[in-house]
Amino acid sequence: MTLTPDRVTTWTRICPVDRLIPERGVAALVDSEPVAVFLLDDDGSGEVRVHAVAHHDPFSNANVMARGIIGSVGTGEDYRDTVASPMYKQVFDLATGQCLTEPGVCLSVYPVRLVDGHVEIGHGAPPSGP
Amino acid sequence: MDEQHTVRRRLVVVGGGMVAHRLVEALTDRDLDGAWQVDVFAEESRPPYDRVALTSFFSGRDPDDLLLGEPELWHRDGVRLHTNAAVQRIDTERREVHARGRRFPYDALVIATGSYPAVPPVPGSDLPGAFVYRTVDDVTELRAWATTRHLKRPVRGAVVGGGLLGLEAAGALTAMGVETTVVEFAPRLMPIQVDEGGGEGLRRLIEKLGVNVRTATATSKVRAGSNGRVNRMDFADGSKLPVDLVVFATGVRPRDELAREAGLPVGDRGGVVVDETCATGTPDVYAIGEVACIEGRTWGLVAPGYTMAEIVADRLLGGSATFPGADTSTKLKLLGVDVASFGDAFAESPGALEVVYADPVAGAYKKLVLSDDAQTLLGGVLVGDASAYASLRPMVGQKLGADPTAWLLPEGASAAPAADLPDAANVCSCNNVSAGAIRCAVSEEGCTDLAGVKACTKAGTSCGSCLPLVKKLVGSELEKSGVAVSNALCEHFELSRAQLFDVVRVQDLGTFSEILERHGTGRGCDICRPVVASILASLGTGHVLDRDTARLQDTNDHVMANLQKDGTYSVVPRVPGGEITPQGLIDIGQVASDFGLYTKITGGQRIDLFGARIEQLPSIWQRLVDAGFESGHAYGKALRTVKSCVGSQWCRYGVQDSVALAIALELRYRGLRSPHKIKLGVSGCARECAEARSKDVGVIATEHGWNVYVGGNGGFTPRHAQLFAEDLSTDDLVRTIDRFLMYYVRTADRLQRTAAWVEEHEGGLEAIADVVIDDSLGIGADLDAAMACHVDGYVDEWAATLADPEKRAQFVSFVNAPDTQDDGVGGAIDNRGTVIAGPTLEVRR
Repeated sequence: MTLTPDRVTTWTRICPVDRLIPERGVAALVDSEPVAVFLLDDDGSGEVRVHAVAHHDPFSNANVMARGIIGSVGTGEDYRDTVASPMYKQVFDLATGQCLTEPGVCLSVYPVRLVDGHVEIGHGAPPSGP
Repeated sequence: MDEQHTVRRRLVVVGGGMVAHRLVEALTDRDLDGAWQVDVFAEESRPPYDRVALTSFFSGRDPDDLLLGEPELWHRDGVRLHTNAAVQRIDTERREVHARGRRFPYDALVIATGSYPAVPPVPGSDLPGAFVYRTVDDVTELRAWATTRHLKRPVRGAVVGGGLLGLEAAGALTAMGVETTVVEFAPRLMPIQVDEGGGEGLRRLIEKLGVNVRTATATSKVRAGSNGRVNRMDFADGSKLPVDLVVFATGVRPRDELAREAGLPVGDRGGVVVDETCATGTPDVYAIGEVACIEGRTWGLVAPGYTMAEIVADRLLGGSATFPGADTSTKLKLLGVDVASFGDAFAESPGALEVVYADPVAGAYKKLVLSDDAQTLLGGVLVGDASAYASLRPMVGQKLGADPTAWLLPEGASAAPAADLPDAANVCSCNNVSAGAIRCAVSEEGCTDLAGVKACTKAGTSCGSCLPLVKKLVGSELEKSGVAVSNALCEHFELSRAQLFDVVRVQDLGTFSEILERHGTGRGCDICRPVVASILASLGTGHVLDRDTARLQDTNDHVMANLQKDGTYSVVPRVPGGEITPQGLIDIGQVASDFGLYTKITGGQRIDLFGARIEQLPSIWQRLVDAGFESGHAYGKALRTVKSCVGSQWCRYGVQDSVALAIALELRYRGLRSPHKIKLGVSGCARECAEARSKDVGVIATEHGWNVYVGGNGGFTPRHAQLFAEDLSTDDLVRTIDRFLMYYVRTADRLQRTAAWVEEHEGGLEAIADVVIDDSLGIGADLDAAMACHVDGYVDEWAATLADPEKRAQFVSFVNAPDTQDDGVGGAIDNRGTVIAGPTLEVRR
């Protein structure tokens, strides 16, 4: 289940945007939950895009998602930004958290906003899987 | 199984050579009900081995490497191999054979006793120093004789017989440094296989290699010196030749004595007479291979023998196979010279036409024999360049289609015509596999690559000469069946890794963004990103954690440690050649103890420290770097280790300093990024304690220098490395390895180890040797420069990371809580009490 921004009760500021390495992840603690935060390259729109999903890899049961490789699958309508687990290489949709290689598995997705050059992650009701 | 078949029928096979092996393999493969129990009686001490490859035994091969097929065959249910067990008598009345003083009854008997070398009745042919060339033992004796002479001049040897076997023997002698003369009675070399022009071309090529050739020469006597050993040959024309050894390779005779004694009919020139089903006139007695006289003659080649073995296997299981006639085609590399002969090589068919191409300068002679309308291929002879053999031989009896001369021109002068082989064409003559069977393996059996087709059909698994053709057939069949034979790296790049490497190098692209923009789509993925990272690293651009390359790295390369199942990492400092000081051991041990790490000695002679959290890595490495260690690249698709034995420094048997060489090689190639991991090994003598032949590059010391082997690996599909070059000086060795590795780095596919690369490379190992050793592509200097650039540009990745605060800052558990230990990593592994956690060190940054 994805927490929509209107249900966010708290925003946690984690770091300045320029602390993130483009196209890589960092792990952050958000309300005691480990979260993987990724900064994607500017795709030409001038918009800075940051995604946040659970740091916990459901396949290996270890907190490693932030160390995965960013990528994409598909083109046009089917285009998705992705992250691949560094452990057994399952690929997840960064926007929805859904596992694309083994359907039915999902990472929690967190809302992200940028305030004063800082990354903030939203949380409220405990985020959980579907 | 025995419960179901209370009485198994007993098959006795007399003889344990290649043909006997094929029979047992074919029979047990198909005898799924276990109807037969098989007893094989072999005179030699070894299980059946590849006699055709006997000469390779001289180039340092272990005799065990020659063993045929899977050793498991001899442990199959119902199969017994008796070695050192010559059969003394066959009793067809009582249906039993006598061996080792016992009697073995049979329900079916197969005589596969092969041949013996026919030594001409020349006086002195039995003196010490006179040899034949048939078994591993013959070859071992010959080698011992030739290499332990201790003369103040090169050993001089003569080979009597200029046929296949004689030239093989001459090659073996030459390889041992013997001054060799080939003496042939006929007016040309290989009189049975090649015509006059071919023989002349062959002579020219062989003389160029330093072998003397005397044709039309009859040997009248071999004389002994005062020590009773061979020391001179006298010829019928009165001339003499001083020699230290003589090898007789003057043909073979069938070993039919057991059959004669048993009253079986034999042919005019020997051999057990059999019909087209390989049956003798006596019930349930068959003869196969070189001892069988079929269609009125015996065959001294393995291919017809294999065909006979298949026929008998089929008959024993109730089939109705018959002998289709012998395929006498041959392709050999004799003394490095390609010779091939196939079909009607002498144009004996009525009205046959010959098309000849001869280039005496390049030493090439090629001839095609065509039907009188110049349409149908009947046969041919190829000397010097036999590359067209694999394509031409299966075309015998078929219409050639294209202008026949196109097949004869040197490679590159014109594109070789692509012929569509009929299904019936025999592609692999060793194993009798047709083009149709290969196509079927793809279209019906679901094979999707060369390896699969080889396993399924056995095509190309004996002599291997048909492999290029098999590969082509597999490729075109895959295309036909809609399987795209795509070399594309992934959905983002249409190019293969090798192609991508070339464009990045030629267009001088330095960043992933540029490469993606010019040659790819999307954002990339976990397949293409690490490949590009590896390519950029091989081309010497920057540190793995530089901003543009950091995004490409797999986590192992990104944190320069190996991810383990619980999310922690393992750390491996480099220990070049496995040589380490006591203080070094203490330092590593102290680090492990202080950080509570599990330690294990690796197969690559170094120490792996497990259980490090990401945030501990910089502190661990600070300690290691301070103690003089550097990254071991255990995490990378890169050079791992150069394993060594202790060598001449300590070992009583070592002939070279293997440790010193291993250290030098490891320091030279450390950090070299490659399509897959690379491992090297150096052994200080032929005992091979470093297991160098299981490495991508293995070096084994000789009295004169180093032998280098390439393409070995352990792992899922273990491979022995193959001999690449012999007796190199250290400088030549290093240049050879430089080029081999760099050529591999540039042209291999993603995750393709050297063994697979060698196999898939057009022309295989020989073609790679042409590039690396003879510089046939003219890229040698370029490869040398690339390696020099790598060596000069090397810096320790870990030391560089520690010196850069921005890079070091990336090693945190949580970006907003860097000192908080992540409970979702580590702690779940049972170390059997080996880890005594030391004081918990504060993580500094």
